[in-house]
Amino acid sequence: MQEVEISRLVSPYRDDMVIKGYQFGHGEKAACIVGPVRGNEIQQMYICSQLVRALKELENNGCVSAGKQIMVIPYVNSHSINVERQFFGVKGVDINRSFPGNDYGEPVSRLSGKLLDEIKDYTYGIQFTSFYQRGEFVPHVRMMETGYQNTSLANLFGLPYVVVKHPLPIDTTTLNYNWQDDNTCAFTLFTNCNESIDETSARQAIAAVLRFLKRMGIIRYESHSGYISHVIYEQDMTEIYINHAGLFRSKVKCGDDVRYGMELAEIIDPGDGSVREVITAPTDGIVFFAHNSALATQYDIAYRLIHRLHE
Amino acid sequence: MIETVLEVELPVGEKVKIVRNRIMPQLEINSPGRLSLVSGIHGDEIEGQYICYEVARRIEEHPECLVGIVDIYPALNPLGIDLASRNNPMTHMDMNRSFPGNAVGDHADRISSAIIDSIIGSDICIDIHASDIFVREIPQVRLSDTFAEQLLPLAKLTNADMIWMNATATVHESTLAHALNIMNVPTLVLEMGQGHQINRDYGHQIVDGIFNILCELGMWTGPRPRTHIPAISSDGSVEFVRSKMGGLFLPTTEHNHFVKAGEIIGELIDPISGKKLMDITVEKSGLLFTQRIYPVVYEGDLLARILTDAF
Ligand SMILES: [Zn+2]
Repeated sequence: MQEVEISRLVSPYRDDMVIKGYQFGHGEKAACIVGPVRGNEIQQMYICSQLVRALKELENNGCVSAGKQIMVIPYVNSHSINVERQFFGVKGVDINRSFPGNDYGEPVSRLSGKLLDEIKDYTYGIQFTSFYQRGEFVPHVRMMETGYQNTSLANLFGLPYVVVKHPLPIDTTTLNYNWQDDNTCAFTLFTNCNESIDETSARQAIAAVLRFLKRMGIIRYESHSGYISHVIYEQDMTEIYINHAGLFRSKVKCGDDVRYGMELAEIIDPGDGSVREVITAPTDGIVFFAHNSALATQYDIAYRLIHRLHE
Repeated sequence: MIETVLEVELPVGEKVKIVRNRIMPQLEINSPGRLSLVSGIHGDEIEGQYICYEVARRIEEHPECLVGIVDIYPALNPLGIDLASRNNPMTHMDMNRSFPGNAVGDHADRISSAIIDSIIGSDICIDIHASDIFVREIPQVRLSDTFAEQLLPLAKLTNADMIWMNATATVHESTLAHALNIMNVPTLVLEMGQGHQINRDYGHQIVDGIFNILCELGMWTGPRPRTHIPAISSDGSVEFVRSKMGGLFLPTTEHNHFVKAGEIIGELIDPISGKKLMDITVEKSGLLFTQRIYPVVYEGDLLARILTDAF
């Protein structure tokens, strides 16, 4: 294992923000794994740190294939993590909306430009990040429909779902989109939570990455075969909205199988405790996304359902 | 008449309301013209509040002169203004990246969609922005390349000091202005002053421009204000001066003044050692139209912009 400095942001009042990469193996730039660009992606940082640990052991046992190099960048935005802010710097910029960046502009553009420069030559790119809407997910691989996306490769992570998203203009500034634009086969992995560590989901994510690296011939590793992934287009999911604001009391969780008409949640009046709304399932399906705040604003998304897949 | 465009229930006993003041002509007019004045998409930009006030006040002073409809939307992001937050506090996202929205989506989508629906049909829309808390700007119109040809004649009427034909971030595809221009509502984006502040002189200057436009569109029979034609610039005629390192920036020239090539416009100092880190000079002569006001800077932060050859 070799530690490399990817970039260094010099700060007048704080320690420099150093982005570090951990490299394994030598030769062709085979795979790069990138951790949190937002300050609340703690689970993602945990997963990347444990990947470094696992890869170090695999390398010591001679299990990184000859002529293949892997790099893990466990955190990008440590300045924000340390002060528990989601976004970067005094302007509060989302680094994941600042790609491709450049070497002459704003501090955040220079940072994302330098980062992309260092990682764009890898064949496979894997990013751990969070969704802009707060809530809980079933773990999945997400890809943008750029024309270069390859869902059959995404299946090789062995996670239950691969979600393909049609990019909006705002998505063209994400790392995933720009990585693909630079001909890296890029995947984004979503785990079920951000701010806290969930051991089960972390183990699943680590296993998924190692399984992928094994199937691509980058490492030798004993793994279970994982799931046969279902490919889902985001626009095909059923969104269930909250029509009245109040306290949100959920009766289901991510991954649950629900039936048409089943009670999913109640909205409680925060004053008198009465039930303002009962949210029911409009279709049979699996809960893919769940609102997980105790508070509900009108027209929040309560759940996203995947229609039942016939087995 | 104050009307609610859309309201969204917050969890505990409060609604967010997007409101507009519709000012009608005293006499009934066949197919009257309509001007929409919007502001406060970014909650830290307050300059537009004074402009909204002053336009309504001048019309109330001579209601007999109004022969069209003026719709004023002072606060498209009311929670943001309340909290001095640039982003929408409900989503932590930049509201000016959420247009055209979706009438059956989540609250952010519905708000954006309702705003568009309400403005559609206007003969012109003027979207007032201020700068942020970091730099101070002279009153200027920002035009995207896509609509420059149609909008330039209107932009010349605004009494701004400058028209900047630029293709960068402020004229991004998901902005209110872009969405409205696509839907055949000519929309001008004005930028002036600084965040968290009101500059009354700039306010009066632009209000004169708005009444100039009302006269041009045949919507105001009062006296036409005396205005001037803005300087027109393209990206090629703007010099960006960015910090080469971190430190404290102290300007040594006035904002909105001419500077000569090689002139020192400020210095970068180090507060702990008492040392000057460097003098900041400009490469070309021109008008210093953007000036850094927030002293703490990183490498890459904008210190000044010079309009070099528009005169
Ligand atoms: Zn703005």
